[in-house]
Amino acid sequence: MYEKVARNGLISRRHLLGMGATGVGAIASSEVLGADAGITFEIPSWSRTPGPGASAYGTRSRHAEYLRRTHAAANPTYPGGGSSRSPLQHLQGTITPNSLHFERHHAGIPDINPTGHKLVINGLVRQPLVFTYEDLLKYQMISRVYFLECAGNSGALLRGGNTNGTAQSLHGLVSCAEWTGVPLSTILDEAGILSDAKWVAAVGADAASMGRSVPIDKALDDVMIALYQNGEPIMPGQGYPMRLFCPGWEGNISVKWLTQIKLTRGPAQFRDETSKYTDTLPNRSSFQFSFPMGSKSLITSPSGQMSLERTGIYQITGIAWSGSGSIRRVEVSADGGQTWADAAIQGLQLGKALTRFSVPWEWNGSSAILQSRATDSRGNVQPTREATLVERGNISFYHNHCIQSWGVSNVGEVTNVYV
Amino acid sequence: MSVRLQTFMSKKFIFLFLIIYLSFSSIVVNSQERVRLGTPITESQLAEFDLIAEPDGTGLPDGSGTAKQGKSVYDINCAVCHGPDGEGTSGNTVIVGGDMQSEGPPLRTVGSYWPYASTVFDFIRRAMPATAPKSLTNEQVYQVTAYVLFMNGIISEDAELNARTLLSIEMPNAKGFIDRSNIHSN
Repeated sequence: MYEKVARNGLISRRHLLGMGATGVGAIASSEVLGADAGITFEIPSWSRTPGPGASAYGTRSRHAEYLRRTHAAANPTYPGGGSSRSPLQHLQGTITPNSLHFERHHAGIPDINPTGHKLVINGLVRQPLVFTYEDLLKYQMISRVYFLECAGNSGALLRGGNTNGTAQSLHGLVSCAEWTGVPLSTILDEAGILSDAKWVAAVGADAASMGRSVPIDKALDDVMIALYQNGEPIMPGQGYPMRLFCPGWEGNISVKWLTQIKLTRGPAQFRDETSKYTDTLPNRSSFQFSFPMGSKSLITSPSGQMSLERTGIYQITGIAWSGSGSIRRVEVSADGGQTWADAAIQGLQLGKALTRFSVPWEWNGSSAILQSRATDSRGNVQPTREATLVERGNISFYHNHCIQSWGVSNVGEVTNVYV
Repeated sequence: MSVRLQTFMSKKFIFLFLIIYLSFSSIVVNSQERVRLGTPITESQLAEFDLIAEPDGTGLPDGSGTAKQGKSVYDINCAVCHGPDGEGTSGNTVIVGGDMQSEGPPLRTVGSYWPYASTVFDFIRRAMPATAPKSLTNEQVYQVTAYVLFMNGIISEDAELNARTLLSIEMPNAKGFIDRSNIHSN
C-alpha cells in the first residue's frame, strides 16, 4: 500500500502529505463508522457557559499540566544548584516556550532589579566602560533563532542504564528560541580592543559569579548580549536582564545575568572550564574548551515511556541540531541501524537551531528499534554510542551526541535501549 | 584634448565624484547613527567588583596566608560540606585525594585534577562558601586556598601564599589537558 524505504515498516517521506497529522491507527479507524465507535454529538458544557476573561500573563490549559519541566530535588550543600529539563516529547515545531526552556543554575536564580544591574567592560581595552540595562536597550539589535544545549545533556547514556528514561529525562537539556540582543562586537568596538586581547572573560551576577572564557574571534563573530527571548525580556531563569549568548556552543559558556566582560591575554581558567565541562579520556588526559556541540538528533515520538496502542501508521518525529551549522539530512531506522530512510525536514533548516523531522512508519506489532541520525551542513554525521565509547570512553559524560535507540516491544511499550 | 575626450573625462569625474560622495556620506551617517552609550570608568573603580584571578597573576589581590592560618577558616566555613579533611560529604564535595592514573574512573579533585592554583583562589573568592559566597576577606581566601593545597600535599603548612608565590605552584595535573579552543566548529 505504501512505498517502504527501509526495513521494519519505514515508509517513504513522500507519503507524508497524504496522511493525517498524528496518523495513530489511521487505517483501522477509517473502517469504523463514528456511531459504531460510540461517538455522540451533544453540545459540550464549555459551549453553554461563558469562560473566564482575558488575563495578564497566559499559561497552559489545566488539562495540559503534563507540560512541565522536571527537576531534581535541591541539594542542601549546593543551594540553588541543579537543572530542569524541557518536555521534548510533548513539544512540536522547533521553538521552546520560554516557561519550558531548560535551566541549569550554579547558585540559584538571582532576583535582579535591572535598574541596579551593571555591565562592565574592562581589561585589555582602550577605555573601560559601564552600561546600564536602559543603555543597551537603545542599541541596534539583531534577532536569531538558536538552540541552547547543556554540555551535560544525554551524558548519562554513556554509562548505560536508565531504561525508564524519557526524551525529557535523558535529553531535556536542549531548547531553542529566538534570541534578540546587541552584538557583543558592537560593545567591544566601543571600548576599543587592544591588540593583545585574545580572550573574553564573561562573569554573571549570580551568587556563584559564574565565569567562562570565550576566544576573541568567536566573541567578534556571532556572540550577542541577549535581552529578549521569543519576543519578551529573557526570563530570570535564563539570565534576566541580560545574558551572553554563544551560538552553537556548550550552554554553560552563554553566561547568564551577565555583569562583566573582561578582555584578557589567555583564558581565565575558571572552575567551570577546568574542573567542570572538561572530558577525561581513557588515557587520562582531558579535553578542555570543547565548544561546538556535535551533530545530533533525537526521536521525540515515539519515545521512552510512551506506548503504542495499536498497529498501523505512526509519524516518527524528532529534532536535530548542530553547533557547527545547519542540519542537512536526518535518517531514521526502525531496525536498530541496519537500514535507514530519509526523514522529511519540516519547516526551516536554520544554522545552530533545532530542525524538526518526521517520517511515516507502519508498526506491524513486532519489536522494533527506532533510531535517528543527523548530518550537518559540514558533513558531520552523528555517531553511534558504540563508536563514541571506543573514541572517548565513559569516564566523563559531557558533550555526548551519540545516536539514541528507542526499543518498541511487541506490545508497543517504548523504552531506552542500548544496541 | 578633443571635445569627445573632454566629455568622457567629465562624465568619468562626475561618476567618481558621486561614488566618493556617496561612500563618504554613508560613513558620516553611520557614525552619526552609531550609539555610544557606555560610561567611561577606570580600573581602580573595579577593585571590589572585578574578582577574576588569572593564571598569569592578573587580578590576584594584595594579602597573603598560610595553611596553618587557613585551618580555622576552613573548619568554620568549609568543613560542613567538604568534610573535616576535604574528603567530602555528598556529591561533588570531595576536594582532596584522587589519582588520575588509578584503576577505574579516577577521583577528580583539586589535587588530582585542577590544572591551576589561581583557579582555586578565584573560585573560593567568587563562589564559596556556597551558602554565603564572597563573605571571606582576600586574606582569608589566601589562607583557605593554602589549606586546600596543603591538604592535597602540594604546599607545606607554613608556606606563605600570596600573589607572587601562588604563580610558582605547579599543580599535579597541569599538563593533563588538551586545549581544543581553536576548534570553533566541527
